[in-house]
Amino acid sequence: MLTPEEWTAVLLSLKVAFWATFWSLPVAVATAWLLARGRFPGRGLLDGLVYLPLVLPKVVVGYLLLISLGARGFIGQYLDAWFGIKLIFTTAGATVAAAVVSFPLTVNAIRLALEAVDRGLEVAARTLGASRIDVFFSVTLPLMLPGILSGALLAIASALGEFGATITFVSNIEGQTRTIPLAIYSATHMPDGDAMALRLTVVSILLALGALLLASLVDRRIRALLGRA
Amino acid sequence: MIEIDIRLARPGGFALEACFATPGSGITALFGRSGAGKTTIIQAVAGVVRPDAGRIAVEGEVFFDSERGIDLPIEARRTGYVFQDARLFPHLTVEGNLRYGERRARIVARRIGFDAVVELLGIGHLLARRPHTLSGGERQRVAIGRALLAQPRLLLMDEPLAALDEARKAEILPYVERLRGEMGLPVLYVSHSVDEVMRLADRIAVLREGRQVAFGTVGEVMALPEVVPVIGRLDIGRVLDCVVARHDGDYALSDLAFPGGTLRVPQVDLPVGAPVRARVRSRDVALALSKPQDVSMLNLFPASVEEVRLQEGPYADVTLALGEGRLSSTVTRESVERLGLRPGLPVWAMVKSVAVDSRHAGFGGPNS
Repeated sequence: MLTPEEWTAVLLSLKVAFWATFWSLPVAVATAWLLARGRFPGRGLLDGLVYLPLVLPKVVVGYLLLISLGARGFIGQYLDAWFGIKLIFTTAGATVAAAVVSFPLTVNAIRLALEAVDRGLEVAARTLGASRIDVFFSVTLPLMLPGILSGALLAIASALGEFGATITFVSNIEGQTRTIPLAIYSATHMPDGDAMALRLTVVSILLALGALLLASLVDRRIRALLGRA
Repeated sequence: MIEIDIRLARPGGFALEACFATPGSGITALFGRSGAGKTTIIQAVAGVVRPDAGRIAVEGEVFFDSERGIDLPIEARRTGYVFQDARLFPHLTVEGNLRYGERRARIVARRIGFDAVVELLGIGHLLARRPHTLSGGERQRVAIGRALLAQPRLLLMDEPLAALDEARKAEILPYVERLRGEMGLPVLYVSHSVDEVMRLADRIAVLREGRQVAFGTVGEVMALPEVVPVIGRLDIGRVLDCVVARHDGDYALSDLAFPGGTLRVPQVDLPVGAPVRARVRSRDVALALSKPQDVSMLNLFPASVEEVRLQEGPYADVTLALGEGRLSSTVTRESVERLGLRPGLPVWAMVKSVAVDSRHAGFGGPNS
């Protein structure tokens, strides 16, 4: 079916997409909460910053990551000196690129879910003796779950497809940063690469389709459970 | 003792001013039309709404005091709030909903048990269900149970029956009555329904456009002239605290004894000796100068006129003394003149039995 080289790219893609989503999800929930409920100066600015990667060229995002988190970047040099974390040319770096690019989509899905939560239920929970934090974890978060799950699946899907920011930030290194899109890109530059490009394209389609099916299945299950139409 | 003394103003021009103290048992109704500020008062007690100034205290514990800067958070007040729209948590089962507050209640001396509440409200067969599969009446019973199990200091009920049709209301009312009888919790009950208030309340605060116009026992308040604009001229009347004296199976009638006489009404579904509350609307009381013969009315009371108050339009309100008891009659000004009604005049008061139907004769009575 797939060559070892292609398997490497597929597994790397899945790994990058999973970890990118895993790390960005809590941050996305917190950001969505700040944007939907927060009352603080600079909220509009935060709103704009969060959605910026969505509208910027991905190459620009990748370049910004390079000059900030790269080996000599104003943050990157300290990450290396203090924690020994190297992002450039590494899977960790590819994960960061995927997370940043998918972040606005995730935040948006979660924010919509949060805004749909009936605040009357939160008031009811507090009259029953729950503190604000307790209410968040026992009422708000479970009711946001459909949105969080669809946000997560969106994040995974968009992380699987990330190309521009990754190749600009962490280059195209097999086994480290060469995810499926980058492998397809490489294949199209190789003589006799057509078969490989085609096989990886099929894998891409299958993965995307699988994510969409899973999303709608989960969504239907949860709606049935909560009794929503 | 529940002490409420609050003032607040909202940008839209709405202003609220209420001040009353009600005993720490029984049901106190907050009565008025929609927009009168009833719900705002219980929201202030729960801590959902913050008054501009004033003081709220329940059983000596101060919830809010603007002068001393006290404003307890919602969760520290332990008020069992039953919302008009139930507000059950859709992600939990009925049992999960019931346990939500119970789990968060610190151990208190007088504990309301899970089984007792389930039994009281008849919701045992619903425990595994999800809220969206329940009927409106079932949902409201679960909401009451959830509030009770949070071990509240008092129960706040915000028109719990308003969203239900008559059949569902009839299904829930007995549970609310049992609540008062068996739980001994003080209840603040918001309602715009005269029938509900008559049937359930011990005390009543009447609100009109944000102002409290009357406060007292149901019997006292419902006869006050200030209450007429709220209830409407055609619905004012006296509430008589009675005891079931006798049933007459042949005619399907019951005799209700009250201080001042015996009221014969369509059969009441209660044992002899049970306290019962009967509401006699003023417009259903007719007057005669001599004992009427040949009339269909079964209730004839010798009485004396206590007060005659001429009203706008054709109406006049006449207060009648029947020994200890009081009745009110709405007659025309013309009749006042023709009969020469004046304080001290002996008259016969006539009440049609069918005008006092069982809907107006509920459980309860002067129990607090």
